Amino acid sequence: MDAATQKPENVASAPVAVAPAIHIAPAPHLFGGVLTTRRMMVDVLLALVPVLVASLWMFRLYTVLQLAICMVSALVAETVFTKMRGRRPTLGDGSAVVTGAILAFSLPATAPWYVGFIGAFVAIGLGKIVFGGLGQNIFNPAMVGRAFVLIAFPVAMGASAYVAPTAGLDGLTQATPLTALKMLGQSTGLLPLFLGTTNGSLGETSALACLIGGLYLCARRTASWEIPAAAILAVAAISGLLGVLGPRTGWTLFHDLSGGAFLFGAFYIATDPVSSPLTPKGKWMFGAGFGALVMLIRRMSGYPEGVMFAVLIMNALVPLINRWAIPTPVGGPVPVKKTA
Amino acid sequence: MIATVPGKQGSGRFARGVHPPERKGFAAEAPIEVLPNPPQVAIPLLQHTGAPCEPLVKVKDEVALGQKIGEGKGFITAPVHASVAGTVAMPSVTTLPNGRHVRTIPIKTGPTQLSAEELKANLFGGDWPVSGLDSQAPEQIAQAAREAGLVGLGGAAFPTHVKLTRNEKRPVDTVLLNGCECEPYLTSDYRLMIEFPRPIITGALLAARATGAAQIIIAVEDNKPAAVEALRRAADGTGVEVRVMETRYPMGGERQVIPAALDREVPTGGLPLDVGVVVINVGTAAALAAAVLRGRALTHRVVSVTGAGIAQPKNLLVPVGVSYRGLIDFCGGLKPDAARVIAGGPMMGFALNDLNVTVTKGTSGIVVLTHEDLKQIEETTCVRCGRCVDVCPLHLVPTRLALASRYQDWDMARRYHLMACCECGCCAYVCPAAIPLVQLMRMGKAQLPNE
Repeated sequence: MDAATQKPENVASAPVAVAPAIHIAPAPHLFGGVLTTRRMMVDVLLALVPVLVASLWMFRLYTVLQLAICMVSALVAETVFTKMRGRRPTLGDGSAVVTGAILAFSLPATAPWYVGFIGAFVAIGLGKIVFGGLGQNIFNPAMVGRAFVLIAFPVAMGASAYVAPTAGLDGLTQATPLTALKMLGQSTGLLPLFLGTTNGSLGETSALACLIGGLYLCARRTASWEIPAAAILAVAAISGLLGVLGPRTGWTLFHDLSGGAFLFGAFYIATDPVSSPLTPKGKWMFGAGFGALVMLIRRMSGYPEGVMFAVLIMNALVPLINRWAIPTPVGGPVPVKKTA
Repeated sequence: MIATVPGKQGSGRFARGVHPPERKGFAAEAPIEVLPNPPQVAIPLLQHTGAPCEPLVKVKDEVALGQKIGEGKGFITAPVHASVAGTVAMPSVTTLPNGRHVRTIPIKTGPTQLSAEELKANLFGGDWPVSGLDSQAPEQIAQAAREAGLVGLGGAAFPTHVKLTRNEKRPVDTVLLNGCECEPYLTSDYRLMIEFPRPIITGALLAARATGAAQIIIAVEDNKPAAVEALRRAADGTGVEVRVMETRYPMGGERQVIPAALDREVPTGGLPLDVGVVVINVGTAAALAAAVLRGRALTHRVVSVTGAGIAQPKNLLVPVGVSYRGLIDFCGGLKPDAARVIAGGPMMGFALNDLNVTVTKGTSGIVVLTHEDLKQIEETTCVRCGRCVDVCPLHLVPTRLALASRYQDWDMARRYHLMACCECGCCAYVCPAAIPLVQLMRMGKAQLPNE
């Protein structure tokens, strides 16, 4: 059918005019070239810069330390596991660095070194490599690693782990805003939540930083805007409704949006293309489900925050969502007779 | 004679698609030149979609320019004609750019030929009537198109008389002339629209007369303002309307240009006829006018020879059956950094490994790309970024279709509407992982078992 199946019979006997080596390949012969997988990963790292700045400002050296531990561990894990599988090294695609960075930003500042180390190995190994590497994983690798260390080291990762009065940083002296709300019924001001002068995981505190980086990702189309948009709408709707039904003093839907890891999750984690749906319709469903689950876990469960589990649960639903969201082609479905 | 039908007008756009660099500049300003007659032409007996022709001539027969030398049986076929005057040589088999092996009739060019000026004047020049065409019976127009071996010159080479034959059950209200030329590089339709708009308009009026259409629209992309102006001037007072479309690939596809120009959606697996439209390329319209009013068979066509890898990009009026090498040599040959020779445009054309293939009625251009144009990146795994979904003009999910084709999962292929794919290549153009999506889907379409 196509040119690639032709026998190259006359090339050798061609006169001087065709001395240039011409070769064949299937159409299209042009390539957009704007984007490669690697460039997408670089985009994510660039988008994390505002988060990094906010985190450095708030948690100082702890940020550097956790990032170093997680990123190096992720790279080592990637190298070791791809070697074990006898594959070519895949460090160049940049995905391991991104996984390490996302994991680090989701940890408490004072988490012991082995938490990040083990988390990164589980993220890469169990989260990605066992499924067949990049592109094959069902769950977001960083969230798999974080879920593992949360359950394995409840003392180092639980709500109490975030409070470290001896660390010498102001931010670490109080409970995280969502824990304070859940356990003590205390609300945090909107401005601290928005700017990020509160306690929390390294990357989650500043809603502003997450918005800046997240909008960059969406503008680059590295992240699909539909997912954070749907998630924000879902959280706003549910939180707004709950606020009407049973108001809490000093806590509005804007607090729910800026508090905890919601925006970090909505922009950086839920948008991981590998573990999210393919079509715009599916992305809306995925984002809305993610937002709804975040609110469900925040209000109904024992955990103060639900981003991680919301992402993992929605990841598991992606094959189903993909099936629900198959778009109808322009002109309607293929008529059964015509395909025959 | 033409009344405007009060109907919906499209927005000039279609959803999704891509905008590759246009690169029309290589040959956009090169006027159509007549290629000197080659010493020999080889006329393939199958240059169209449909049944192949059987030869009507024997070895050593003398043939005249435009003489019918092959005729097919059935409705969907088109005869072939001698594109030079000369002597029939021993029939052989040639490989077309699409890889098909077809029988050909070679003709050795004789001493007496039309001069370049005569040829050009005969095909496109002189006066073209825009009134009084009612005297042509609709059946006669379709018959003349068939006798002239007219096929779609846009690339698919579907026999034109089939489109022009009236069907009681499916009336046609609109003739849509396709002057979009959405493939990058190609400029043959553009030059024709600028230099010879009058036969295009006359051809459009004849097509409307044949089909009974009351509305005639010419769709041209907005990157060709000179063509729009030339056509509008030529169409003044005829009722033919020129509509400007957004420059977006694949605007030239029927399933894109009909919604964009007329706000009608062609059903999947159906034809433009299902929504009362007949789509004809502008070059075909000009050839129709020459066939009906001057009795000229389709023996010549305009071909762009362009790209950074060709010494002197040109637009040539060439006889059907000349070899690609003949055209490339006339344009100064390939440059040293030429890397790929493409039959057709760079988005859907076929790469050639051999320049001794013949130009057929469907050849719209030869594009020569350089190493620099062909950024080769290695295929990596799909990260499901969904960019292919974002650009597919038919709203398919190419990555799933390619996966289904690769692993022959026909249930999944059907669930995701594999057969609706038009192979335009937008998905592969944007894929960050450089997955050969189109190739995989074509493979899948060819292998998809019957239900």
